[in-house]
Amino acid sequence: MTHPSKAADFVDWRRGQISREIYVSEDVYRRELETLFTRAWLFVGHESQIPNPGDFFTSRMGEESVILVRDKAGVIHVLLNSCRHRGMKVCRYESGNTSLFTCPYHSWTYTTDGRIRGIPLYKALYDGNLNRDEWSLVEVAKLHNYKGTIWATWDPDAPDFLTYLGDAKIHLDQALDCRDGRPGGSEVIGVHKWVFPANWKFAAENFLGDTYHNPSHRSVDMIGIGPSALEGVKGRRDNELEQAQHVWCSFPAGHGVHSAVQPEGYEFVDQFKNDPEIADYFRYCHEERKRRLGEDARFLPFVGTIFPNTSYHGRQPRSLCSWHPHSANETEGWRFFLVDADAPTKIKDFLRTYYMRYSGPAGMTEQDDMENWLYATKASMGTIARRHNFNYTQSMGASELNPVVNGIEVRGDVSQQVTEHMAVGFYRRWAQYLDQEPWDVLMGKGDERFTPKAAEE
Amino acid sequence: MDATVETPRILRDDAYYTLRREIEEFYYDEAECIDTRRFTEWLDMLHEDLRYFMPMRHNVKFGQHAERENTREDEGISWFNEDKWTVTKRVEQILTGVHYAEEPLSRTTHMVTNVQVLQALPDAASAQEVHTSCRFHTYLNRVEYETYNFVGKRYDRLVRVDGDWKVRHRKILLDQNILQAKNLSTFF
Ligand code: FES
Ligand SMILES: [Fe+2]
Repeated sequence: MTHPSKAADFVDWRRGQISREIYVSEDVYRRELETLFTRAWLFVGHESQIPNPGDFFTSRMGEESVILVRDKAGVIHVLLNSCRHRGMKVCRYESGNTSLFTCPYHSWTYTTDGRIRGIPLYKALYDGNLNRDEWSLVEVAKLHNYKGTIWATWDPDAPDFLTYLGDAKIHLDQALDCRDGRPGGSEVIGVHKWVFPANWKFAAENFLGDTYHNPSHRSVDMIGIGPSALEGVKGRRDNELEQAQHVWCSFPAGHGVHSAVQPEGYEFVDQFKNDPEIADYFRYCHEERKRRLGEDARFLPFVGTIFPNTSYHGRQPRSLCSWHPHSANETEGWRFFLVDADAPTKIKDFLRTYYMRYSGPAGMTEQDDMENWLYATKASMGTIARRHNFNYTQSMGASELNPVVNGIEVRGDVSQQVTEHMAVGFYRRWAQYLDQEPWDVLMGKGDERFTPKAAEE
Repeated sequence: MDATVETPRILRDDAYYTLRREIEEFYYDEAECIDTRRFTEWLDMLHEDLRYFMPMRHNVKFGQHAERENTREDEGISWFNEDKWTVTKRVEQILTGVHYAEEPLSRTTHMVTNVQVLQALPDAASAQEVHTSCRFHTYLNRVEYETYNFVGKRYDRLVRVDGDWKVRHRKILLDQNILQAKNLSTFF
């Protein structure tokens, strides 16, 4: 395949302009599949979905089906869901428990670690020509279990996951840790899967921290659906951050987040007023979290995207999303809803009903997002439309490296006002994947935003 | 073991057919209300103790359908699992005129067919509560080219309140695994 232009030419980060081609071009899309989804760390699933040996959950990486499976010895694998003989999907169930994956086509069988168990008529037809050890299901090059979330990459040269996550770690942590501050401990209580006709990057970019799109949620804010709505509180969530300084952070690896830092000596903001018992529970979590984390408890997450296509919602509601590419103008959204695994049933019930009315294609908030992403994609496909760049100059130049906010150092290229600089950072890195730059560049080497000023002199 | 789920069957007598016609008429009124966008009027057809439930449908191994095919009402995540307050909020949201997923409003046609009464309490002749099954085909077209067909089964429990039937429990089985639509912005 010939690639007529460098992807970097689509991303004019100095002027804050990005070509619409990256959202609509099939050629760009093919390059993403070949150069980005084959290298970056992708979120595959959660260990709570496969608690026992033999448990599996069928997932995706890019366009391709993979099986997240815990083998009989308890080791987690991510395997390409395609038989080595003629490619048949060896697993067409969404989840379950098995000791073997049996290919429906010619009945090759694979054990839960991906190795061939049986080839029909092996002795008569294959002996001497096929070494079974060489024909296991294709396995990812690297896998990492981070606080229960399973991440994988096809690139053996990729940096380890924590290096890749970098300073975005503390933000993602807030979404994955227990509400009372204990590390990890989340579980997935369900996964929405749906297809929408928009480029996957509209969704990824939205969760980098596009705070500016708030007006598109006016209808849900007017009616009020949050955890205190029965008390007449409008809006789609409780505003626990009313005293906080919001921060919008871009990271060397392309991740972007919107979080907040509470002021010193802050108190619990009244929340979850629909039910005093629920409110008491979260007040307890708040105090306990403060006790455990000390000053760090003032740090709270909102939303973020871990490059390229994993997003999270940190508090109300709480979930992880994968934006799986289907084509330049179609995406499959998966949303994994999270709760603390050991939360009381009453709390889980309260949260799941809130999540359902808020999130996804049936959610009163996110329906309006999907409408925007669809028609933004559609209306950018025309020949004339493609000649005109998108504008990303919002708050350009307003970010700084590792500022101290409310007495706490916030690492990254950080803005304290609503901004689009995380998106610019995301697309700078995106272009470098498509132009097949080496890993040190993909991790931010040479990006002047992350070079301390003193070092330049 | 087979992969089916039992459906109860009551006696087909004159009282049954009279009752079924009454229920069919109720469903046609509901569809008319929604399709002509008289959403507030439609809310009146729902019981105060409504449960409005649409599970997700999983691809599971033969023999596991009864247990694992559908997400559950009492735990986890579904497409819809809500009470009348929440359904009312959905109507209020449309009526703001700035719910962009339904502004401009979609064109919908709700077709209801295969209506059967599974159970009538105390009996068909003097029913105060009925359990029904039916099939639906909901067509939705919005703006210019966006078109969706939602097809599935519905299992309802209706109760009579002051002479009028009200939906107290509605289970909607949409025959899709991965939702083939960007939104579920209509009612079922
Ligand atoms: S394709 Fe799987 S055994 Fe032939
Ligand atoms: Fe949004």
